[in-house]
Amino acid sequence: MTSAEKFLSMLIALVAFAAVIAVILFLARTFGERNGGRGTAWAFMAPVVLLLSVGLVFPALMTVYQSFLDARGDNFVGLANYATIFTSPDQLTVLRNTVLWVVLTPFVSTAIGLIYALLVNGARLEAPAKALIFLPMAISFVGAAIIWKFVYEFRPLQGNVQQIGLVNQIIVWLGGEPVQLLIESPLNTVLLIVILIWIQAGFAMTVLSAAIKAIPDEIIEAARLDGVGVVQMFRFVTLPTIRPAVVVVLTTIGIATLKIFDIVQVMTGGQFNTSVIANEFYSQTFRSDNQGLGAALAVLLFLLVIPIVAYNVRHLRSSEAR
Amino acid sequence: MATVTYDKATRLYPGGDKPAVDALDLHIEDGEFLVLVGPSGCGKSTSLRMLAGLEDVNGGRILIGDRDVTTVPPKDRDIAMVFQNYALYPHMTVADNMGFALKIAGTPKDEIKRRVQEAAKILDLEDYLARKPKALSGGQRQRVAMGRAIVRQPQVFLMDEPLSNLDAKLRVQTRTQIASLQRRLGVTTVYVTHDQVEAMTMGDRVAVLKDGILQQVDTPRRMYDHPNNVFVAGFIGSPAMNLLTLPVTEGGVLFGDSIHPVERAALAATGKNITLGVRPEDMELAEHGLPVSVDVVEELGADAYIYGTLRQGESDMPVIARVDGRQPPAKGSTVHFQPKRGHVHLFDDNSGLRIETTA
Repeated sequence: MTSAEKFLSMLIALVAFAAVIAVILFLARTFGERNGGRGTAWAFMAPVVLLLSVGLVFPALMTVYQSFLDARGDNFVGLANYATIFTSPDQLTVLRNTVLWVVLTPFVSTAIGLIYALLVNGARLEAPAKALIFLPMAISFVGAAIIWKFVYEFRPLQGNVQQIGLVNQIIVWLGGEPVQLLIESPLNTVLLIVILIWIQAGFAMTVLSAAIKAIPDEIIEAARLDGVGVVQMFRFVTLPTIRPAVVVVLTTIGIATLKIFDIVQVMTGGQFNTSVIANEFYSQTFRSDNQGLGAALAVLLFLLVIPIVAYNVRHLRSSEAR
Repeated sequence: MATVTYDKATRLYPGGDKPAVDALDLHIEDGEFLVLVGPSGCGKSTSLRMLAGLEDVNGGRILIGDRDVTTVPPKDRDIAMVFQNYALYPHMTVADNMGFALKIAGTPKDEIKRRVQEAAKILDLEDYLARKPKALSGGQRQRVAMGRAIVRQPQVFLMDEPLSNLDAKLRVQTRTQIASLQRRLGVTTVYVTHDQVEAMTMGDRVAVLKDGILQQVDTPRRMYDHPNNVFVAGFIGSPAMNLLTLPVTEGGVLFGDSIHPVERAALAATGKNITLGVRPEDMELAEHGLPVSVDVVEELGADAYIYGTLRQGESDMPVIARVDGRQPPAKGSTVHFQPKRGHVHLFDDNSGLRIETTA
């Protein structure tokens, strides 16, 4: 396709989109007024329902179905794929890694973000200091992974070879021998987790800083008059007041972490025992041609995300009701 | 219990060139209820926050009892403050809110419980101790804020417009409750409000501030009968005092077609004009005097207020007068007023200061 053709098809898509919207609006106006606006509701709901069922509900059901089939999708094997996930040593490593990711990333990022937010709050140069930690958020996971590949890069110690990896160069400066950082498990998984923490701490900091700023001055002053010190202020006043924001940050990062794929794929491709569920789901489906196991992993991932989302929604609702 | 002394206390906000509170000199007696009142931006809240330790003092001193607390941190000043928005901790129950200061101070649990119970009993909050502030009405929250102050048994209560978030009826009720509670507990109290009615009804003494400068400190009665300057005269009292710029003439002030006699000595220092103040209830209908055209008649039953205009040469001046509610003058008519003898306040037209008269 030439550029001109690309622009043309883009234009056609835009016109088509506008046409669909126009039809919906027309239908809503023509039939909507009856039944107390119920027609309007349906006119607007229908496209969403249709697209969601085609794009989300149907594939989800298909995936669940496939997870009960064998590698080629021919024979029904019952729960065998799930049994594999919870028994085969390789898959158990995947589960262990995923647990490591999900436990470490949200809590460490939130802790760092919270401490940083407290430190820079009201300080001079607050805005640039915040921008500094928020910047990684703007980098894609793939981009971040490539950056960190250089940080962890290893060159064997022979002849005149110079280290180009930041970490190993520092080790050499300190008089140590360079190490293959991404080989040793589970250290390599922890090193990959550092990348996501680097990205997510900025998000945590931004949300929590806003929450801290939203605490009324009078409450802080009342607490000062009540005699609290710095630590007590945090424990009895600041933290309980921003609790809803902390929960949102923890769960949001938790969900993102469960679905982590890019970083592992770029850094190690899941080798050296670093694979996680999303990466394994990809490898099994497209590399190892094991559709059934891939689908089962996808379903498992879905099942793990649901409770966090549910908790998040419930918490939001209860904090609104408060 | 303790006295409170502001000794030339000054607060200059960073970047400002005019102090928010300018050399405030004020002595508050032990157990006294002092009300700081003034229009918004007059420095009354700042004065209170300086006493609380929430604002720096840039000049002068503040003493509680004999102790200089100018640089003492808020928690060591032995004070308790009631905030305008109550500033209750939203995640704590009423009991925890009230006992928080004691908990931080390391008071034994049963002692905290006893004192919280005591305060709750005084404030009629016993049934709400387990609730969170969200589940309380505005009036109840206000009482919790009071309770939090009482539980600490401080030397001084500080209250920053604690009634301004209540509806009109509740405000009047709570006003009386706070005043009587303060008298019962006998704790020195500094109370900030912009509402002069609150100031007059609650305070043992009232301090009027304007632009960071103390205008007058007196009992409510004295403040009403003997305002020191034009500002205080216009600020205290509702409806406001009539402040009329009238020409000075031989033997007194020209009051329409009559002369209000003033002794020569009092007029010696003034120029051509003088500001004459008469409260609405001290205006009497007469044959002669100030001609006022009636714009609005507000009938309140026993009384009626006349809102009229005094046309004098080029300038129009608004005039308010209280008259007998049974036979008020008609709207649109022109009536004449004379001031009640001995109830006239004279102020220098330039400086705005009171001119003392013997009459």
